[in-house]
Amino acid sequence: MKVMVSVKRVVDFTVKVRVKADGTGVDTANVKMSMNPFDEIAVEEAVRFKERGIATEIVVVSCGPPQCQETLRAAMAIGADRGVLVETCGELEPLAVAKLLKALFDKEQPRLVILGKQAIDDDCNQTGQMLAALATLPQATFASKVEMADGFALVTREVDGGSETLKVRLPAIITTDLRLNEPRYPSLPNIMKAKKKPLEILKAADLGVDVAPRLKILKVSEPPQRRNGVKVPDVASLIAKLKNEAKVI
Amino acid sequence: VSNSLSSAPVVPGSAAQRFAGLSNDEQEILDQADRFARRELFPLSQRMDDEEWWPEDAFGKIGETGYFGIPVPEAYGGAGLDLFASGLVLQAFSRWNHALALSWVAHENLCLYNIYRNCNEEQRRRYLPGLCSGKAVGALGLTEAGAGSDALGSMRTTATRDGDHYVLNGSKLYITNGPVADVLLIYAKTHRDKGAQGISAFIVEKQFPGFKVAQKLTKMGFRGSQTAELVFDNCRVPAANLVGQEDRGVQVVMSGLDLERAMIAPICLGISERALELALDYARTRRQFGKPIADFQMIRAKFADMYVWVESMRLFTYQALRAANDLEIGGGGRGEIHKITAASVMFAADTMNKVLNEAVQIHGGSGYIWEAEVNRLFRAIKLLEIGAGTTEIRKIIISDEMLRA
Repeated sequence: MKVMVSVKRVVDFTVKVRVKADGTGVDTANVKMSMNPFDEIAVEEAVRFKERGIATEIVVVSCGPPQCQETLRAAMAIGADRGVLVETCGELEPLAVAKLLKALFDKEQPRLVILGKQAIDDDCNQTGQMLAALATLPQATFASKVEMADGFALVTREVDGGSETLKVRLPAIITTDLRLNEPRYPSLPNIMKAKKKPLEILKAADLGVDVAPRLKILKVSEPPQRRNGVKVPDVASLIAKLKNEAKVI
Repeated sequence: VSNSLSSAPVVPGSAAQRFAGLSNDEQEILDQADRFARRELFPLSQRMDDEEWWPEDAFGKIGETGYFGIPVPEAYGGAGLDLFASGLVLQAFSRWNHALALSWVAHENLCLYNIYRNCNEEQRRRYLPGLCSGKAVGALGLTEAGAGSDALGSMRTTATRDGDHYVLNGSKLYITNGPVADVLLIYAKTHRDKGAQGISAFIVEKQFPGFKVAQKLTKMGFRGSQTAELVFDNCRVPAANLVGQEDRGVQVVMSGLDLERAMIAPICLGISERALELALDYARTRRQFGKPIADFQMIRAKFADMYVWVESMRLFTYQALRAANDLEIGGGGRGEIHKITAASVMFAADTMNKVLNEAVQIHGGSGYIWEAEVNRLFRAIKLLEIGAGTTEIRKIIISDEMLRA
């Protein structure tokens, strides 16, 4: 079974994100970048399928600037077999990524596509679902457990009241939640071996996809600073403050 | 369709990476080791410092992730890279847990890499896989109560041949990893009257009869990295555990010391990088007179100095490591590499002292508190001005090489 995993290059989770002075976006110049943590879980899950003999080949794909090669190499260090980069410049919206992934799905014909449920930079949580719709494939989102059974995937997902298990026919789209697995650290020898794995570079135009943004960003600003709380002497003054100052009751 | 396979164009690194002279591969090794250390080793550091606690599982985890035996071929369980890569891993580990990093380098460089460089094939096969996996902990024993700077001349531990064994008697002091080591590289005098030319090296296993740990020592810094006095009381070591030839231990020591000096400078670099980061964070958030203290010129001047110090350490450390990278087996202990490696660690240890002094000053009262991370880093000064040859010994080495006729 061939598995396709998509990975996104995002600002590292340890970086204190700063908004650009002109309010057009987040400052990514000279900022440490790494693989979206949810995507890392997706790669790990695919590698575990391969180790259990369920997957035969793992293709890892990414859309974005040339630096995404590093992200693909990181995925190959964890255990993906080869990489495909769709090189683009400028902002990529979830719909554009979903269309590119649809084109790659048609080209690669995998039995399973695993994506992170969202990226930690824009928190959109849309790409997997859009891809499923574009490719008219079953989707199972926010997976916390995935099992394979004869042409189907059994996907456990957390819902408000507990957990539910979906049975989806393959090929299918799965997006990962945090609890699915704990990704391994690539070992030094595997990091070096990943450099020799094949990495194919395509352009969006090669796939016939128009990636121009459909949305216009008006302004990006820092969240308001949280103000210090105050202590009130008794319930009466709390209610008075809620009524007169906060105006919530 | 533009279609290139593994010959995909290399993405150029940042200006800082080019300044440091790191290749993309090297930068990635540093970043990956940093990520591992931040997540897995940093959470251990406070308890290690508070209780002199040794995290039993840490070496196994490090080994599993492939961070032991970095310059050793894969056939022995290593990563098949080089000494430079090993130094980068040490730098990253030292940022997040310098005590464990010290234990790591005693194991990786003093024991494991020394065995790889100086042992015969049978000994390599017997010891390297266990050390590379982290299942066995390694140490090296050179110094004694009466033999510090004059480690070779004043050495009193003896090894006497008895049939197919050597019998070791004496003691070794300030031995990193001593209390937890399974495999130890030990120097002893096989001929007491021949001075440095009468020293031999042995591989001692902790279960050999007559070997014991006398006491664990409590240190001011690098706490949790276990340090001990070791005692050899008629300790019987199989003759098959003699390293190289009898009486030829001095070359193992001297060559090993050059590599050790090149390899401990990254500890100073890693600690200093973290101290600078902590000081910057603190100065940005600490407000006095209605503004962050980072807005005051006197604090800013400190940052400019600290930046220059850290970057100078980086270049000196990396260049010395590159020079030591290709040191031939049995090489060193004299000549340019001897001078360069001594200079590297002398400069790094001295400069780290300056960086930490300012980092604590910027933290003010909060930096004087034992639990503060910057305080833990501050207490790491001095060790690297003393261990692997004191600053004074390093100066003798450097000037001797400069003035050699």
